[in-house]
Amino acid sequence: MIVFILLFCAFPFLVGVKSYWITVFIFAGIYSLITIGLSLLMGYAGQISLGHAAFFGMGAYTSGLLTTLLNWNPWLALLAALLLTSSAALLIGIPTLRLSGHYLAMATLALGEILVIFFKAEVELTGGPSGFGLIPRLSIFGFVLKRDIEFYFFVWSIVALALVMAMNVIHSRVGRALRSIHGGELAANAMGINTSSYKVQVFVLSAALASLSGSLYAHYVTFVSPTACELKLSVFLVVMVAIGGMHHLWGAIVGTILLTVLPEFLHVFQDFDILAYGLILMIIMIFAPNGLVGALAALIQRLRRRFLAVDSQRRGVI
Amino acid sequence: MNDLLELTKVTRRFGGLTAVQSVDLRVRQGQIKAVIGPNGAGKTTLFNLISCVLPVSAGLIQFQGNALNRLKAYAAAALGISRTFQTAAIFHNMSILENVMLGRHMRSRRGLFRVAIKTPGARREEKAIREDALQWLHFMGVNDRFDSLPGELPFVIHRKIEIARALATEPKLLLLDEPAAGLDIRETEELAACIQKIRDQGITILIIEHDMSLVMDISDEVCVLNYGAKIAEGAPRDVQRNEEVIEAYLGKEH
Amino acid sequence: MGISIWSQILQYLVTGVSIGSIYGMVAIGFNIIYNATGIINFAQGEFVMLGGMIMVTLTAAFGAPVIVAFFLTVAIVALIGGLFERLAIYPLKNAGVLSLIIVTIGGSIVLKGVAMFVWGKESYALPHFSSEEPIPILGASILPQTLWILGAMLLTVVLLTLFFRFTLIGRAMRACSSNRTAAYLVGIDARQMVCLSFILSAAIGAVAGIIITPIALVDYNRGFLLALKGFSAAVLGGLGNSAGAVIAGFLIGILESLGAGLVSSGYKDAIALIVLLVILFVRPSGILGDKEALKHRSF
Ligand SMILES: Nc1ncnc2c1ncn2[C@@H]1O[C@H](COP(=O)(O)OP(=O)(O)OP(=O)(O)O)[C@@H](O)[C@H]1O
Ligand SMILES: [Mg+2]
Repeated sequence: MIVFILLFCAFPFLVGVKSYWITVFIFAGIYSLITIGLSLLMGYAGQISLGHAAFFGMGAYTSGLLTTLLNWNPWLALLAALLLTSSAALLIGIPTLRLSGHYLAMATLALGEILVIFFKAEVELTGGPSGFGLIPRLSIFGFVLKRDIEFYFFVWSIVALALVMAMNVIHSRVGRALRSIHGGELAANAMGINTSSYKVQVFVLSAALASLSGSLYAHYVTFVSPTACELKLSVFLVVMVAIGGMHHLWGAIVGTILLTVLPEFLHVFQDFDILAYGLILMIIMIFAPNGLVGALAALIQRLRRRFLAVDSQRRGVI
Repeated sequence: MNDLLELTKVTRRFGGLTAVQSVDLRVRQGQIKAVIGPNGAGKTTLFNLISCVLPVSAGLIQFQGNALNRLKAYAAAALGISRTFQTAAIFHNMSILENVMLGRHMRSRRGLFRVAIKTPGARREEKAIREDALQWLHFMGVNDRFDSLPGELPFVIHRKIEIARALATEPKLLLLDEPAAGLDIRETEELAACIQKIRDQGITILIIEHDMSLVMDISDEVCVLNYGAKIAEGAPRDVQRNEEVIEAYLGKEH
Repeated sequence: MGISIWSQILQYLVTGVSIGSIYGMVAIGFNIIYNATGIINFAQGEFVMLGGMIMVTLTAAFGAPVIVAFFLTVAIVALIGGLFERLAIYPLKNAGVLSLIIVTIGGSIVLKGVAMFVWGKESYALPHFSSEEPIPILGASILPQTLWILGAMLLTVVLLTLFFRFTLIGRAMRACSSNRTAAYLVGIDARQMVCLSFILSAAIGAVAGIIITPIALVDYNRGFLLALKGFSAAVLGGLGNSAGAVIAGFLIGILESLGAGLVSSGYKDAIALIVLLVILFVRPSGILGDKEALKHRSF
């Protein structure tokens, strides 16, 4: 964790405070907020959602609309977005989480698509397919986050906070309950754990994080359009979590950074980056189903065990 | 003596197959009662019904006078019914200690938000959960390697963890499904001692077991199932001499 | 105004039935794989898209006669379906449902990417199978292609039913879907059946893609929405129940075309999805299926 913080503090000074990479990493931070929640949902509770772009979109549009049309305070708008999104997630989650994973995947997918259609169709309200702009920037105690470097530190502090909280959850009774869902729902139930309730809770939590992420996005880019929250994003988010390793929170961060940075190198392929993502995803799922971080953890464990074995052998000889 | 558990004409069908057929059963407070019967007799299904893992097709199950019908499994557990599974249901994605800590889940209450920001209360509770779990592990005779994953350990430890986890829920009734399966003689004796120790804690035990010497040693009463129906019930010695039971186990020609 | 409201509604019904046939077929494709493996194949829509694309290429670029091109296209897409199973699903062996879903998503991305690579982002059209002269009935008019679509869909359903009822392989597939272990004990290799289900499902997707392309253009990105609507039909009909899927396909097609015509065309694509959400909320086992039927599905 400390290494993580140091790395992120040092990064801007390594690449230069005005570098384009700062922008890229701001987006990585914004998306990391969503993937942290998704990691809890997928890796720990074993449920898949293909609609988190919708929750992201709800956050972004609610924040954007309330601040531009009604001149709300951005923080108030952010809270309102959070509430709206969580309620929507609760409404969707309760019926679908009773069913198997496919239904949740498809229901969230449908929700996302409906929302995008809505954003596109209500031209008067949302600006339709071209979206709307002039969303104010965030300010903290009267200090407006104008420069990228300021926003960079702001976003990543929130990510760090979310990460710490997610880790607290994992190493608590709630975290154990979540892991038990993945390990075997039947036995978990017999231990007195109301697994369906926990599934809904995590789902709502992850939706809330996505909404927060959407609000931050709106205030950073100061412009939202339906393209920002299309299905493509939902799929990418799942890909990020899966590639990084869904059974580790760090996997979410690694996967997100990787997939946000990668397109910068794939520019040569122009539109065909999508093909690359698909291939990477399939290869990882087949050869390293626990993702990059999962594979790394397994490797370290194996090395350590071999080292210990050699160690005890040596002691045996002596 | 009053009845802790009472089954009245309990039936469970799977499609055309009747796995449990109109079974009446009473378990008194503080006793060790064994359920025996040939393979496929419906013993595990009976446990699934009592622990509300499966709903009954007909009949009534009462626990301390409360009807269990339509309850979810976690609600039954909250009433004080805990169980182990025939194929030890250990969570392999958690350490031994965490497995048992899971059993304390029901007896603790800090929610998602509080554990996320680690309030002092949540911290205290987590510590208590840990201590209680350790205590139950010691009770079952597991004294080290708390942080290893179960996959690395011998099978007998799995059984012990599973029972420790069930005990950690503070049950009034403990259902043990073939706890001695896969254990050797010495381990089985150890287990028998454990079971009696559990009863001495005031916990009522219903046990499915194929190992007859274990059944004869520890149980106060035995109930025999065959093809889903109860064919005999009574003190171990009497049941052992029952013609119908011998027939069920050995076939007519014995 | 020469056209009465009734003939207009009739017209919407006709359009709805033809597009609904396609949804029904996509739904059947979902069901076949679901019954064999218990997974939802997120690449199902891509099979439809590939069917349309390959057919266009074979007829336009290579000048193949329609009949030849039709069978060739179905064969190619079926092959792709089989390869997809061997390369992506088979290696996963004992993976959980979650990994399987993710892999089929990966597969759909790859197929889409390949299609964009080969055909670019343009839309393609296909000439109608026979005359483009509308046939007037009761004030509405039916394109001959609509009849082709209906015919092809019905033929597919009949052939599938015969296949599952009367052929050895078909029965083996059904046996596998109802009880895998038992099927294994009588010598049926479940893994082969899984592969077969992908081949079959891809072939049906291809047929749907071929017959719809003359009245609706095809492009690399078309698969996803079709898949989602097809899935809505599958759920409405009761997942795993293909008779239900056909009826549900019609229902959704009709609702969609009525909704687009009478209410608002901006929300046309949302109608099927709203139906999906409503069903998931109120009656997840579908209109035709109940929970028991899920276990005794035919195909
Ligand atoms: N979920 C289920 N669905 C269908 N049939 C079931 C189910 N559970 C059990 N059965 C059937 O019910 C019958 C009784 O099974 P059960 O597991 O209760 O037997 P048992 O007495 O525990 O046997 P054993 O000694 O082998 O554990 C068997 O024929 C079994 O196949
Ligand atoms: Mg049993």
